[in-house]
Parts: sequence; structure tokens; C-alpha cells
Amino acid sequence: MSMITARSVRPSGEGGRRAFAFARTPYYVATGGLAIIFLAPMVWTTVSSFSPQAGSRQTDGWGFGNYVTLANYQAGIWQYLLNSAFVAVLTVLFTLTCSFFGGYAFARFSFFGKNVLFLIVLSILMVPYATLLIPLYVILNFFGLQDTLIGLALVLTMFQLPFATYMMRIAFESVPREIEEAALVDGANSFVALIRVMLPAVKPALITVGLFAFLAAWNDFIAPLILLNSADKLVLPLAVTNGRQQVMGVVDYGFTQAGVVVLAVPCIALFLILQRHYVQGFMSGALKG
Amino acid sequence: MSTTTSPGVVEPGTAPGAKHPARTKRRRHYIGWVYVAPTAVLVLLLFLVPIILVFKMSASNWPLLRGDRGWNFPANFPKAVEHRYFWDAVWFTLKYTVLATVLLLGLGLGMAMLVQRATKWNSFLRTSFLIPSALGLASASLLFYALYSPQSSPLLPILRWFGVSEDFSFLGTSNAALWSTTVLIVWRYAGFYMLILMVGLQRIPADAYEAAVIDGASSWQIFTRITLPLLRPSLAMATVLCVTGSLLAFDQFYILTKGAQGTFTVVQVIYDLAFTKQNLGYAAALSVIVLGALIVINVLQIKVLKSEDD
Repeated sequence: MSMITARSVRPSGEGGRRAFAFARTPYYVATGGLAIIFLAPMVWTTVSSFSPQAGSRQTDGWGFGNYVTLANYQAGIWQYLLNSAFVAVLTVLFTLTCSFFGGYAFARFSFFGKNVLFLIVLSILMVPYATLLIPLYVILNFFGLQDTLIGLALVLTMFQLPFATYMMRIAFESVPREIEEAALVDGANSFVALIRVMLPAVKPALITVGLFAFLAAWNDFIAPLILLNSADKLVLPLAVTNGRQQVMGVVDYGFTQAGVVVLAVPCIALFLILQRHYVQGFMSGALKG
Repeated sequence: MSTTTSPGVVEPGTAPGAKHPARTKRRRHYIGWVYVAPTAVLVLLLFLVPIILVFKMSASNWPLLRGDRGWNFPANFPKAVEHRYFWDAVWFTLKYTVLATVLLLGLGLGMAMLVQRATKWNSFLRTSFLIPSALGLASASLLFYALYSPQSSPLLPILRWFGVSEDFSFLGTSNAALWSTTVLIVWRYAGFYMLILMVGLQRIPADAYEAAVIDGASSWQIFTRITLPLLRPSLAMATVLCVTGSLLAFDQFYILTKGAQGTFTVVQVIYDLAFTKQNLGYAAALSVIVLGALIVINVLQIKVLKSEDD
């Protein structure tokens, strides 16, 4: 890879032989320490969520007390988990559908208003979240989607469109035309060619787009805060935020930590499994500067 | 079948059996629009209509619960600015933006240079730095809310050992809350900016460095004369992203302090106008002001960051 060659000429005196490896111990200690600083808060939260602490259900001994509080909070954690998962999966589906077909259209067709539409999609990034959420609160009412998880998923999809459409356009543009033409000569129409030939070719980009959409939807805070009202429709980040203040405004930190663990586990698992795609999403020209 | 539908995909002229260029072209328009329709509908209904509506709302008397009560331009604008925390919020948001941007870009660049070589140890470091960015901002804020709590914080004993006073609290004063929140943001986002700047570093051609080494340049000279100038596009984008994100900060302050100790941000004022003061007209007016300010700031940033390029 180019970066290896680029770095090998750096004059910082790092080009050490094995014999000098131990001269780099301070380097390993310093960078390892930095890595620990980044990992420690999550390790601490996980450990504390099981540990005894005053003001939580888990006052003596280790155990799942805080998770029991979480499970029994108002409508129950399962309801909130289900809501969050529903919104996240729906957002991923909507985002993939829009950006798969939209990216194909932008990459391979010329149609009236194409460039204007593409610029409008990108300009979503330039408009503050809050500026859109105030009128969206009214518009969802108008469509009868106020206080619904589907309405929330549609709004979250809209916020994903700039990144997703851009990524998919680039992915389609990098597929050689010959592959597609071969399928067309064989008698497939453009839709069949798209599904049979193009879908496998752009799969890595779809995974990246889907991962970003999932993380954004699962974790979003201000959109559900503004768009959802009913206690049984809350998504997990809101439920944990509301639930940390228990009786008389006393804060239950054990509950908070258990909530953070439940919120974080799916994200970190997905991130570790798909890390390559996450990093490639940046490398593949999505951020050309 | 193949002759009528296939020209929809390939360029006219090269298409197998493209005997009617005019018809082909019309088909291409039509098919392109069919594929782009879901995107177009979503953008129209959930982006363009809201933008038009926010301008109308900013010029209307629009209580949260009673809906549109007719035009009242420009009454909402002074009302929005008269919010008791408005100017404090503007000042606080600016302070926070400068602090967060300087720290995030500085650390992000340092980390990017640290881990850019592809080694096993570096890929472990990258993963460690990036894991916090998989967490949501709200989750990260809740995590630090517990980490900063007077009861359960493991950090307070350490700080006391270093001689910090007994009654220090992470979120107790405006400055403490500002720094504590910035630490949370740096923890959550440093890996993200590292990644952006790493991509930029890897685009710098190897011969640029080689030439400098042959000319006998020092490490510092190479950094200031080669790395930084060639990294400008990535640095510019990282700056725009970071400034925009910080100016619109909400989740972290809503969760950590709820605006106490003078930590109201501008977006918190919008939220307060809409749902505490229950007036969407005021909130829309401030949203329009923020939109305008953000466009001006971003145009200025892009101009400044680009002009030095030439």
C-alpha cells in the first residue's frame, strides 16, 4: 500500500532493527496508556453496573440488580429496546432502499433536474438539525405520523441521505459498465440487471451505509426527544435519560450505567464486526475534502 | 424486450439496438426518475417543505398547542433574542466551539500521525481510539454523567490526591462544566477526526517526503512545510465539520447539566422556546437566525481555508 512506502522514508529515526525494539518501550508505554484512557471509561461503566453502590438497587455484593431496575422501568426495557430496534431497522431499510436506487440513478442515468436534486440532497448536511425538527414536528402531525416510530424513522432516513446517496453514487460509478452491458445483451432489463449484477458489486458500500444508518438511528437523541411524546413509544436513549432520576430527584447511577451498557453493546459489537467497512467508508472517497 | 428497455441504462449510440435516439432519451429520463423517486419524495416532504415551513412559522404567531394563528412578522425575532439565556448561550456556545475544535483537531492530527503506519500495534491503537465513536453521543454523555458524579466518580479521589479541593465538582461551575463536557466530546470524537486526517495523510505522495529528506529538511520543517500544507483539504473539512457540530451542540449539555451553571447552548434555547415557552414561532425565528449564521460562518471558513491554498 502507498502509505507504507510513504512512511518508510520519514526521517524520524524510527527505522529500527529488532535489536533496537526495546529502545521503543517508552513509545509502547505511552501509546498503550493512551489506548487505555480511551477504553477505560467503558470498562469502568461495565464493571460498576454490576458492582455494589449506594443509591441503586445493587447495594451489597455484585449482581444484576441495576439491570432489574432497568428491566422494570415504566413500560419495561423490552419495550424500549423493541422501539429502538424497530426505528433502527426501519431507518436502515429506508436508507438502503433510497440510496441503492437513488445512487444507481445518479450514477448511470441523465434525467431532468439530476444535478439540482443531488445538490439539494447534499445540502441537508448544511441545515441545522433543530431548524428542521421544529417544522417537522408540525409536518408529521399533518401526515398523521406525530408521535409514531415510523415517522421518526422517516426523519432519521432523511438525515442519512446525503452520506448514503453520495456513497452509493460513487460505488455505482466505480462498477465497470461492461459488466452491466453483458447482462443487458443477455436480455435482462435494467431492473433485473440492477438486482442480479449490480447489487453484488456494490455490497460493501451498502454495508457501510447500513452500518452508519443503524448507529445514527439507534443513538439519536434530539429527534425522538422532539418527535415522540408517549411514555410507551420512547426509544432507549431517552428512557435511560429520563429514568436516571428516580424518586425525589435522586439520581440512580447504577441504573444509568446499566442503561449505557445496554445501549453500547450492540453498537460496539457491530463496530468490531464491521470495522473494516467503517474505516473503508472514509477511505473510499466518501470524504474527498 | 431487450431492445426497448436496455437503452435505459447504457449511453445512447453505444446501446445495443438504439435505433430511436429520441425515444431512447425520453425513456432514460423516465427510468432515472423512477429510480430516484423514493429519494426525491423524502427530500421534498421532509426537507424542502420543512425549510419553507420554518420561514413561514418564524413569521407567524404559532403556539405549540394551538397551531397557526396567522402572520405576525417580525414579532417573533425580537422575542427569540430576548430569551433570558440567549446572549449567554451565544457566548457559551462560541467558547465551547473554539475549545472543542482546537482540542479535537490537534489531538486528531497527533493521533493520525501516531497510527498511520500499518502495523499490528497501530491497528490495535486505531481500534481503541475509534471504539468511543461507535457509541451514541447520548450514551457517551450518560456514561460521563456517572463518571463525573460526586458519589461514584473514580476520578475525584485521584484529583484530590493531586491537591484539588474537597468541594470540587466536575459540573459545579460554568468553567468546570465547560471543560468536563469538552473532555467527554474529545473522548467521543477524537478517533473520528483521527480517521479523517489519516485519510488526508495517506494521500500525500511519498516523493514529497523523499525530496525533502534529500534536501536535508528537519522533522519540524517537513511537518510545517509539507505535511500541513498538503493536508489542507482534509484539515479544512475537519474544521468545518467540527465547528458546525460544536455550534449545534445539544445532547451533551442537555444530559450533563440541562443548562445549569450557565451552560445553555443556542440549540437548547431553541428547544426551550418551543417546548417550555411552548411557542413554535419563537423557536422557528431563532432556527432561521441560526441557519443564516451557520451559512455565513461556513462560507467564511471555506473562503479562508481555501484562499491560503492558492
